[in-house]
Amino acid sequence: MIIHQLSVFLENKKGRLFEAIETLAKNGINISALSLAEACEYGVVRMIVDDTELSKSVLKDSGVVVSVSKAVAVAMNDSPGGARDILKVLAQADVNIEYMYAFVGKTTGKALMVLRTDDIEKTEKILKENGLGEVNPADIYRI
Amino acid sequence: MIRDRKIECMPRDELKKLQSERLCALVARMYDKVELFRMRMDELGLKPGDIKGVEDLDKLPFSYKKDLRDYYPYGLFAEPLENVSRIHASSGTTGKRIVVGYTQNDIDMWGECIARMLNGIGLGKDDIVQVSFGYGLFTGGFGLHSGCEKIGATVIPISSGNTALQIQTMIDFKATALCCTPSYAMYLGEEIERLGVKDQLKLKVGIFGAEPWTEDMRKKIEESLNIRAYDIYGLSEVMGPGVACECEYGQGMHIWEDNFIVEIIDPDTGKVLPEGSKGELVFTALTKEAFPLIRYRTRDICSLNTKPCPCGRTHIRMNKPSGRSDDMLIIRGVNVFPSQIEEAILQVSGSEITPNYQIIVDRVNNTDTLDINVEMSEKLFSDDIDVKAVDRLEKALVDKMRSTLGIGAKIHLVNPKTIARSEGKAKRVIDNRKF
Repeated sequence: MIIHQLSVFLENKKGRLFEAIETLAKNGINISALSLAEACEYGVVRMIVDDTELSKSVLKDSGVVVSVSKAVAVAMNDSPGGARDILKVLAQADVNIEYMYAFVGKTTGKALMVLRTDDIEKTEKILKENGLGEVNPADIYRI
Repeated sequence: MIRDRKIECMPRDELKKLQSERLCALVARMYDKVELFRMRMDELGLKPGDIKGVEDLDKLPFSYKKDLRDYYPYGLFAEPLENVSRIHASSGTTGKRIVVGYTQNDIDMWGECIARMLNGIGLGKDDIVQVSFGYGLFTGGFGLHSGCEKIGATVIPISSGNTALQIQTMIDFKATALCCTPSYAMYLGEEIERLGVKDQLKLKVGIFGAEPWTEDMRKKIEESLNIRAYDIYGLSEVMGPGVACECEYGQGMHIWEDNFIVEIIDPDTGKVLPEGSKGELVFTALTKEAFPLIRYRTRDICSLNTKPCPCGRTHIRMNKPSGRSDDMLIIRGVNVFPSQIEEAILQVSGSEITPNYQIIVDRVNNTDTLDINVEMSEKLFSDDIDVKAVDRLEKALVDKMRSTLGIGAKIHLVNPKTIARSEGKAKRVIDNRKF
């Protein structure tokens, strides 16, 4: 399933992540998943939240650079080989993964993987065709 | 030792007479050979014959750095190229460099100016001088080099860079004198202390210039290298290093008035200021053949010291320049104009960054630092945020700055709309250095 994630761009300085997260907390926003990618001077925090649009607007108002972008969420068995099955079909279909992050769902007992690939639509289609891990939006946005 | 007692200790009235004769000859020669000067004289209704001596100097038109750009590359030369034996150049306010030329006589005169200093601070033919100023279009390396040859010293023309090799050379070749920028001397001193090789040095003196430095830096350099440190001043338009030099007393730099006339003017009105005032330095190069200049506006803010010097030389002394009357920055000895930085930013990317930037200059561990904050545009974040794209942008800016300015700059990409927009002229430059 295609989902919306929040990307926050942060200068690599003390307290910047805290400030952004605090803004979300103050506005009653719950974070389901979070991943932090780092470069030398900058970092990008990617998050899945229960209210993407509200998050975007409150972060923007606080002066943070934020964007909303698409990614593919897929469920997998929380057991050895769960991730392999998914990555295998994508590799066979020549899909290139730019980044991914995974977390264990609260209600389903399954693990969830968020993938950003060079072709989001194609990725979703391939996973569907292979009957792999359809996700319930409620599980993804509010676990 | 005073190299040329007749000239260096010439009574001031005789010196003035010599300047007057040379000025009249210069005005006649430039009127004949340099179109821009002739045009400016004609505009003022002046003929060479109207100038009878230095007392008429303030009637003459000023010349500016912009002239060198407008007449790039050879338009202001007073000699045909067949008589020009060398070219030097330095960065101008925009992409175009400023170009100067020297005849063999000019190079000899330049060498003499520096030789007076070298002899003055106790150097001679037994000395081994390590010239760690850059050799090339920059005037530093070759300028000091010709001075060393004049006094018969042994020159090590090592040029700038490669600190480990510099230190090894100075130890192995038993250098007794070092020439470089003061900030590089500080750095060498720190490295020498770190390596614990100070007692292997044979250095006695150092000649430092091409950038502003303080008395505090002088003390530190003297301690760390166990030398006496002396200041040298110059600019390529006027000649290069050696227009003014400290003597053995190190109390201000003697301007070699047989070759240069100095004035201090109000940078806003152009009026000559009374003796002792602080203002903009203006030079007339009396004896240069290939590239003479009349009343050249240096933009350096400075004051002159007319008191007699204990060394016995009669030539007037200038204090260390205390600032600039334009926005030029001197960073690690290199002239940098904010307009060059702006142009470079605009050339890198139109849509990913905004033209909002800020330049921060500081001095950390006695080395100048250049930091440039560049504002990213919202467009860079329209879809997903790609850190790699931001990194690429940063690298492109770093490369562009290095190729444009000739020195490294640290680039900080900052969030959109975070650099303050001011109502009037934006505060683009923050210089935290203290001179």
